[in-house]
Amino acid sequence: MRLIVNGNETDVTATNFADLLLELGYENMPVATALNMAVVRKKDRAMVELHEGDRVEILVPMQGG
Amino acid sequence: MDSLAFYGVPVASRLLLGTAQYPSPSILKDAIERSQADILTVSLRRESTGGSGGREFWKLISGMGCKILPNTAGCHSAKEAITTAEMARDVFDTDWIKLEVIGNADTLQPDVFGLVEAARELSAQGFKVFPYTTDDVIVGEKLLSVGCEVLMPWGAPIGSGKGLNNRFALKAMRAHFPTVPLVIDAGLGVPSHAADAMELGFDAVLLNTAVAKAGDPVMMAEGFALAVKAGRLAYRAGAIEARDMAVPSTPVFGQPFV
Repeated sequence: MRLIVNGNETDVTATNFADLLLELGYENMPVATALNMAVVRKKDRAMVELHEGDRVEILVPMQGG
Repeated sequence: MDSLAFYGVPVASRLLLGTAQYPSPSILKDAIERSQADILTVSLRRESTGGSGGREFWKLISGMGCKILPNTAGCHSAKEAITTAEMARDVFDTDWIKLEVIGNADTLQPDVFGLVEAARELSAQGFKVFPYTTDDVIVGEKLLSVGCEVLMPWGAPIGSGKGLNNRFALKAMRAHFPTVPLVIDAGLGVPSHAADAMELGFDAVLLNTAVAKAGDPVMMAEGFALAVKAGRLAYRAGAIEARDMAVPSTPVFGQPFV
């Protein structure tokens, strides 16, 4: 399945958000996530299914002013 | 007792510090310590797959013992800012949000219409909004009316280092909102700018670039910390009125040779 992850086309095998984070190497990282501009909370990730062409955002804490 | 609280939460310092643009993580850490800041601003950004910058940064910041104020920097619409705030709450476990809705890419001037719209929605969702706004008192009133309990007017454009561009408007704002916590956010360049803001009666200052891009960020952090304290003391002490004419400070009475 091809998704748009952080603006980049990405082929993945995961079918839900929790598995996607594992597949992309974000396990044990503090991340915030969104699917098609809607927030996906930590507690909901395993229940949120992914579909071809979905736009995924995976954000991490960064320096900010 | 000279205390300050935001949304009922006491804070130990009137200097809020940004965490961006430092030469290295160790300098960032030392600058935070030297500034004695109690509130640090952070952001959310994309990281390349498998990268560890975010994890390392968060490990450093979360170990500082400071309160975290996530921002919505770079958002150009209320919708973007609201979504970013919701994501920040999920990862940082705080309902505090430094709300930025940028209206112009060159000046980084707040889009005050989008700002009020986003502040209304976020306040309704239970967020404690710290709005980066202009020095316009009407906008300030709108922000308060939708649930904000603190206002953060700009001193000058972000990163410009110009100090307080419009002291008249800022003084008017302080007078108009005598009991609302007011934080000068952005535009400060040197410690005297911070002292100036504090002498006008502002409750705190928020800065980043002036420290991070200084020749010695750690030393500059201490300079700002001292200036904030000095300015606050001066405000509380009550300054003299400026005069156009000289007035001798040494008693005239008893002067010899007259």
